[in-house]
Amino acid sequence: MSTMTKQETEALIQEVLEVYPEKARKDRAKHLTANDQSLEKSSKCITSNRKSLPGVMTIRGCAYAGSRGVVWGPVKDMIHISHGPVGCGQYSRAGRRNYYVGTTGVNTFTTMNFTSDFQERDIVFGGDKKLDKIIDEIEMLFPLNKGITVQSECPIGLIGDDIEAVSKKKAQDLDKTIVPVRCEGFRGVSQSLGHHIANDAIRDWVFSRAEGKEFESTPYDVTVIGDYNIGGDAWSSRILLEEMGLRVIAQWSGDGTLAEMENTPKAKLNLLHCYRSMNYISRHMEEKYGIPWMEYNFFGPTKIEEALRKIAERFDDKIKEGAERVIAKYKPEWQAVVAKYRPRLEGKRVMLYVGGLRPRHIIGAYEDLGMEVVGTGYEFGHNDDYDRTIKEMGDATLIYDDVTGYEFEEFVKKVKPDLIGSGIKEKYIFQKMGIPFRQMHSWDYSGPYHGYDGFAIFARDMDMTLNNPCWDSITPPWKKSGSAMSVAAE
Amino acid sequence: MPSVMLRRNEEGTLLFYVAKKDLEETIVSVETDTEDAWGGTVELSDGSKYFIEPISPPPAFPTTLRFNRV
Ligand code: SF4
Repeated sequence: MSTMTKQETEALIQEVLEVYPEKARKDRAKHLTANDQSLEKSSKCITSNRKSLPGVMTIRGCAYAGSRGVVWGPVKDMIHISHGPVGCGQYSRAGRRNYYVGTTGVNTFTTMNFTSDFQERDIVFGGDKKLDKIIDEIEMLFPLNKGITVQSECPIGLIGDDIEAVSKKKAQDLDKTIVPVRCEGFRGVSQSLGHHIANDAIRDWVFSRAEGKEFESTPYDVTVIGDYNIGGDAWSSRILLEEMGLRVIAQWSGDGTLAEMENTPKAKLNLLHCYRSMNYISRHMEEKYGIPWMEYNFFGPTKIEEALRKIAERFDDKIKEGAERVIAKYKPEWQAVVAKYRPRLEGKRVMLYVGGLRPRHIIGAYEDLGMEVVGTGYEFGHNDDYDRTIKEMGDATLIYDDVTGYEFEEFVKKVKPDLIGSGIKEKYIFQKMGIPFRQMHSWDYSGPYHGYDGFAIFARDMDMTLNNPCWDSITPPWKKSGSAMSVAAE
Repeated sequence: MPSVMLRRNEEGTLLFYVAKKDLEETIVSVETDTEDAWGGTVELSDGSKYFIEPISPPPAFPTTLRFNRV
């Protein structure tokens, strides 16, 4: 199918909306649009960050997931207590593949699940005493932890426990950073508010304690913010920055530590990859400590080159030369990747539906391979995310916010993309429909995808998925039209 | 009375950011913008207007200030 016109895209949206009752139709219509590159502001064409419609299948998570799973979870030398019943932490344990270096259970704890395992009596009598006790237990069993966070699950807010008081008291007793995070799942409309709450907790409980700590800085200190090191993403980004002469003093939060977070207010520039989950703390540091921040994109060689130059702009000639050197060094490498895979992928059409930054950031990487993104959307994006998406997407392409299971399936049936990139809940549905699929939250057990090294893996993975011979076997031989068997059967 | 964070974007224009409302717009005009005061009615690129009593001396950006809707 060739590219759709604006009318066709709009007609498709109308057609898909038809099955809804009137009220639901009106509500969902605001979240779906045909892209219009001439717009500066997304608020004119799309509504986002609203409560999902009851009765539809949404793909969102909760505030606890945003805080425990995304922002705090990867901080490797701290222990994050999933405070409340056991399920929230256990079912989400280690699912995001935030890689880290360390000995798990000794000095790093990312893939472990710590929980206060609430029982009925804790709900009835309150869990503060239990929290106090488990913090002591943690101290005894894992003395090398650098700090503890208390990640509230739904019941904590409902029964009104005072986790702040317990945290303050224990922080004093143990002389440690103990961070209470009020990220109960019911707050906000999606995991997005959890990111915000987690950011605020860093501001209130980490920075305040770290003030006055000694730090030897250099003029080239930068931080990598909003990179969760999924499959090693932060590492393949970091080496590029270091090669051009910068010093990365902190990774937020993939493979990150408490000390790195504490040092961040000493940086010269904060580099922000995932805007959605960490813009709040970047804005705070700009205001309070005068550290500028900038967004960058390390997906695909075109965007990487752009980003490296943009970053170098902020520094002296030494770094600018460094950036050019890095760009020149990796050029033959990525050109070989493009030469190999582009002929196999050219012209293929992709639909994305992911979280924080990927619905817009990965577009460039696909384009480098000659592919086209024909539909994209965010689970929990806000207006500012869509503002940044309009220019990246082609005119009249589909944009869907908080898409429902039904809408996504219908769009796919009509648009017929060659590849879909979304989450695990969508994976098997689309694979059964015979469409190649990549799980783009945790890179489908692969990665890294950031940086030049990541691009090579990205290209290979896309080829592996798209050109996999299994897709030809989805239709059984007797159903293939014109085959001798189908004629015989009829 | 939204609490607004003001900062300059890469081009140097002032941005008006209200986290709670998901509002990030550029400021197109400021009533008083002189050497010794900043404030009054500010107009945003989406046409909405906000008011703040002029502050003198002008604040250093980025900063967070409280505005009233006009
Ligand atoms: S919504 Fe509440 S109960 Fe469900 S996972 Fe989130 S914190 Fe746990």
